Amino acid sequence: MIETFGIKLICSKNSCLSPVVCLVVSVSCRLCLVVSCRLCLSPVCLLSSVCLLLSVCLLSSVCLLSSVSVPSTGEVVFCSASTVLKYTQDDLSQRGVFGVLLCTNFRVSFVSDEAPTEEMGQLFKNKLYGENDIPLSCVDNIYGGSEDKRKLITGGLVKNKYPSKMIIHCKDLRVFQFSLSFSKEEDAKKIFQGIVHHCLEPKSLRCLFAFSYCENTSYPEAQRKKQTVMFDSVEDWTQDMKRTKGNCRVVSENSNFELSPKLPQYFIVPKNVSDEDLTKYQGKGLPMWCWSHHSGCALFKTASIPLVQEDNVPQTYMEKMLTAVAHNHLYSVKTEDLSDTLPTVQDILLSYNRFKQFFLIDNTTEFWMSDMKWFSSLDNCGWLDIIRQCLQKAVEVVESLEKENTNVLIMEEGGSDLCCVVSSLVQLMLDPYYRTLLGFQSLVQKEWVAGGHAFLDRSNHLHLKDKVESQSPVFLLFLECVWQLQQQHGPAFQFSETYLTVLSDSIHVPVFTTFLFNNDGHRDSLLRAESPHTQRSPLNCPTVWDWSVQFDCKAQDLFTNPLYTEKPKQDTSVRKSYRPRHLRQLSLPSSAFKTPPKKGFFKDEADNLKKILGVKRLSRWMLSPSSDSPQTSSSVREFYEAWQTKPLDYHGLLLPCLDGPSIRVWMQRYLRWIHDVQILGGGPVAMLSKVSEILGEVQELQRQLDRHGCTLTSNHKGARPRAKTAAAVIAARSSVRLSSSFPFVTSRNWSFKPAIPTSLLQSLMVTGMAGNLADREDDGGPESLV
Amino acid sequence: MARAVFSSPNAAAAANILVNFAVLHIATWSRKSQFNSALMCFRTAAASRESLKMEPLAVTLLPGEERVIDKDIMYICPFSGPVKGKVFITNYRLYFKSDPSVTLNVPLGAIGRVEKMGGASSRGENSYGLDITCKDMRNLRFALKQEGHSRRDIFDILFRYAFPLSHGLLLFAYLSQEKYEENGWSVYKPMEEFRRQGLPTDKWRITFINDNYELCDTYPTILVVPFKATEEDLRKVSTFRSRGRIPVLSWIHRENQAVICRCSQPLVGMSGKRNKDDERYLEVIREANGTAKLTIYDARPSVNAVANKATGGGYEGDDTYQNAELVFLDIHNIHVMRESLKKLKDIVYPNVEESHWLSSLESTHWLEHIKLVLSGAIQVADKISGGNSVVVHCSDGWDRTAQLTSLAMLMLDSHYRTLRGFQVLLEKEWISFGHKFASRIGHGDKNHADQDRSPIFVQFIDCVWQMTKQFPTAFEFNERLLMTILDHLFSCRFGTFLYNCESARDTNEVRSKTVSLWSLVNSDSTSYLNPFYTPESSRVLYPVASMRHLELWVTYYIRWNPRIRQQQQSPVEQRYMELLALRDEYLKKLEELQLTDSSPNSSHLSNSSASNAASPTQHINHLHTPF
Repeated sequence: MIETFGIKLICSKNSCLSPVVCLVVSVSCRLCLVVSCRLCLSPVCLLSSVCLLLSVCLLSSVCLLSSVSVPSTGEVVFCSASTVLKYTQDDLSQRGVFGVLLCTNFRVSFVSDEAPTEEMGQLFKNKLYGENDIPLSCVDNIYGGSEDKRKLITGGLVKNKYPSKMIIHCKDLRVFQFSLSFSKEEDAKKIFQGIVHHCLEPKSLRCLFAFSYCENTSYPEAQRKKQTVMFDSVEDWTQDMKRTKGNCRVVSENSNFELSPKLPQYFIVPKNVSDEDLTKYQGKGLPMWCWSHHSGCALFKTASIPLVQEDNVPQTYMEKMLTAVAHNHLYSVKTEDLSDTLPTVQDILLSYNRFKQFFLIDNTTEFWMSDMKWFSSLDNCGWLDIIRQCLQKAVEVVESLEKENTNVLIMEEGGSDLCCVVSSLVQLMLDPYYRTLLGFQSLVQKEWVAGGHAFLDRSNHLHLKDKVESQSPVFLLFLECVWQLQQQHGPAFQFSETYLTVLSDSIHVPVFTTFLFNNDGHRDSLLRAESPHTQRSPLNCPTVWDWSVQFDCKAQDLFTNPLYTEKPKQDTSVRKSYRPRHLRQLSLPSSAFKTPPKKGFFKDEADNLKKILGVKRLSRWMLSPSSDSPQTSSSVREFYEAWQTKPLDYHGLLLPCLDGPSIRVWMQRYLRWIHDVQILGGGPVAMLSKVSEILGEVQELQRQLDRHGCTLTSNHKGARPRAKTAAAVIAARSSVRLSSSFPFVTSRNWSFKPAIPTSLLQSLMVTGMAGNLADREDDGGPESLV
Repeated sequence: MARAVFSSPNAAAAANILVNFAVLHIATWSRKSQFNSALMCFRTAAASRESLKMEPLAVTLLPGEERVIDKDIMYICPFSGPVKGKVFITNYRLYFKSDPSVTLNVPLGAIGRVEKMGGASSRGENSYGLDITCKDMRNLRFALKQEGHSRRDIFDILFRYAFPLSHGLLLFAYLSQEKYEENGWSVYKPMEEFRRQGLPTDKWRITFINDNYELCDTYPTILVVPFKATEEDLRKVSTFRSRGRIPVLSWIHRENQAVICRCSQPLVGMSGKRNKDDERYLEVIREANGTAKLTIYDARPSVNAVANKATGGGYEGDDTYQNAELVFLDIHNIHVMRESLKKLKDIVYPNVEESHWLSSLESTHWLEHIKLVLSGAIQVADKISGGNSVVVHCSDGWDRTAQLTSLAMLMLDSHYRTLRGFQVLLEKEWISFGHKFASRIGHGDKNHADQDRSPIFVQFIDCVWQMTKQFPTAFEFNERLLMTILDHLFSCRFGTFLYNCESARDTNEVRSKTVSLWSLVNSDSTSYLNPFYTPESSRVLYPVASMRHLELWVTYYIRWNPRIRQQQQSPVEQRYMELLALRDEYLKKLEELQLTDSSPNSSHLSNSSASNAASPTQHINHLHTPF
């Protein structure tokens, strides 16, 4: 292998830190220029002869890399230190393992000196990074620690000092603690500064690992195209509109971003939107089609136009757009300004930052201390409430579409944050297609990737100072909402909880084009610019949906939900009877007075609308009647209750229960790394693995029967999932006991000692309790003790 | 009336749910009384005089159940508003039915308090009637017409029959004529259970010293004590333990011979009395398996243990019990638990607290208490697994002690996780060792404010539920069993949970005159089985006693709320059963096919015998091997 490595030495001139010598290891035989990530301004490339001088170093570092799980080509080691102590989670004992700590252009990595143990839990291994690797953009916060103090490191300020202990909090909630006091001083300083620099300092997009990764990895494109609908062509959009029987106009004029780089490459607008309308206000106020209900009404989203009081033009424009939306079906439209009713992206960030702290545990004592106040802390951080609000808003929109058959236009400033959350949730609730694995991926492509959610700004992978404000876990919030739906209605989803967890982790793996850009135009321009080949074909990068980049097939089996059953095939007669069901719904007493005006009132309604539109503020004149909140929540409740009385159809409309006890914490995602709360041999997986086991047997039997040429009647619903399920895998592991953290924590951590809460804070609890009940005797009375 | 009912479409919806639920319940009831073949109707002179068009009631009466009164009434449903209908009261239950099918079916035993609401002159619609507080987390309100003291008769009757013991009447368990295939009274045989545990051994003997309840009137007759302790020793020790509840063996670990002993507090008192016999007795327990230090778990908070000295009680001091270590488990008393559940009811009934649900939940402290009980039991189980014997007590050793020992045993001994084993556990640790069910629940007693009442047993069942939740494959029984147990904890239909102790049960001839709850359960055991159950005999289950994993038992505490979907079967369970059925079907098909393939000529003949030729399980064996 080694002879094929091309060698380049790159040195940065930037000198506020001591120059760091980087070794570049590239699998490609062609010598390629790799840009140093130091500041990416003026990398200095030394002549290749210098490389020879350092070949000894190189060899050692190559060895180093090869002992790391070597997933990635194009990876460069920046610095390393040996005899670093990594603490195991129980920090009270100060136990740990020694090893080498590395920082590369992709990750921070710890390589244990101990021989790798026989791992039973290798099933769910990520091919890109191992359990002791942290992708640089997955680093959330770094703390320097000494003795008992802990200080947040903000970068820049670390010149000649380094702490003896380094604590790294990751965005996937892992916590690493390293002691540097056993390494050589010089090494320790370098690794600490290197890690801080590469994890926290601003950098350019080109420095993200994706680019050097993609340049050096050839990977088959065919594999991705056949499955997830990417919404990067007119056909995809047309197809989706046809599927939902929508009746709108596909716009392809922006295919080369001529209209605006901020608008999606392709999109759909109501029929009545003219060509001139398309470019006014840079696409703001333009109603973008999301989804059509079978009744004909549809959901649109838009970026609201900031209102200038004197200027009447945007109002007339908005009016026109509203009319266009209304024309889509029965001339009725309801608008929802999400900025008015849902938390802002800053609120979301603040709340999440408080929430995540409950899970970033570096001290078991603290963990148990916080346990008693767990519910109120959870309540106070407001994260679950934000989830509830998003779901509730989505239910309101669903109600308008499903019960009132009104067109709905949701809007917010920018139109690509909460609009994406709400519109995708609405579609998940209404359209069973999006609850399949591929359907869900297509939905994310449609609403988020093509829909122009600013993934890059929201994640702020680049640590740009001016983007700190725009950082916000909006996409994670969406996944949280999906998880709530999924845990309430398990059998309705083809994908598993594990899938959602892995997807939420992948946001922070800077390899996938899915999460690296702000919109279509941004993606296109960068990938084109970075292409090593001709101008024509952009750089070929994987999307997150290329799961084989991260997981092998067996691990991917865990993405499917064994409870899911495909919809039994309907013959046409059944299809016909589908609609009356909804008619019956319309006849519910409560909806009688809420049904949209009949077609005959078209003219009046238009005038009316104009009258309404005359009012000054946009958000005011577009307030839907149901917007004051007590009324809304009672209306939503009624809608929910009416739905609940009907038999549950996992392939029909799904609504979430929004009551307090029903909105819960995503245990798998948040508790998986905390040793003390792992239920060994228990958790829901204990049950699901049994289902998978039987499912595997059933599928095997089916194959045997098929071989016998036996045609099975189609009413065996669900016995034929499209993808092979995790059945076989889990069945194999059923001898090994799983824990509630399955599949994320390997069985190595198995211990038979129970976790006993260390601090019970009894006295605290009783104070404040009315009266002195606590002091009384159980069966009091003087005669009691004879 | 129709207007009232349909004033909100919501009402109809909610009503529907109630109906579904009621129907489900009725189905359960009727299944339970299998031998009551005829569908009994309410047919009395009074009824026929009052309304000729009265339809036969769709509820099956239990054998021995008799109708007492019925009346037109308005049920003020907290979910769907006032509903007009008819209420029927029997000597066992209150049954309400209305036209748009709202149904209530409440065993009178579940009623804790009946009050008159409003006076003859009070204003406002539906302000005159009855207010009923139930022990099973709900309240019922009925409104009647204001004229002519219309509620007097129904109030009097309800009051009489809901609280029969306060009126010189018999509990329904003594009137019931139910018969079952199984006799639940034979589920627990102390000698058999001790033998199962490997007792007696050379260190532990079985004693009949309490045969006539002379040593301790709240203990069972058969006790296991250290071999070295003589009957005289036991008598001496009993003078130093509250109510004579001496340390006796509850459970022994088969391999390491570590034991769980239970007792009440020592009578140390203010002066710090010592008792050599008690000290020696604990020393003998310690020596039995060579435990270096005997661990004494005092379930109470230390403050309370100290305070108990004032009334003659106390705890084992370090200086007097040299080879023992004392650990306080900080579990609060029955009064704290009662208030906690009361608060919980406030936030879940009739409506679930909307704003700051989690903070409200926390302020009830209910789950916090659950956590403390569980973590206490984990500590006991952990000690035992490590080979150390333990002694557990609280004040009297019948509330917190029962919770701790039985939960620890549930963790340690997989037998208790089976359907039968769990019954044995309850019979042994709770019923025979004198948990004061009668006082804690107040069966048939009108004194609703009695300070002796407390949901200690409910709390224990909640702990069990938390364990089944965390280990969904480790228990042979399902949630339904736990719900049934709690329903009949109150219902007074079975003798199982009546009276405070064995001596009282003997006096009142419970075993001969009433039916056991286990008769009902074991005659229909399949509906209480958990399909995911995977027996693992040697495994110790340690639940995680962190608030992160503890959750409110919504399907029990909030079950009256129609918004909580009452699923007969969880979707996971449903899917599992479907797949099992499918597997069997395919196996059968495959066998048929293979048979036809191998003997194409004689297919016709062999086909008929094919289906039962081979057991299905043999076939699938090879499917496991590839891995």
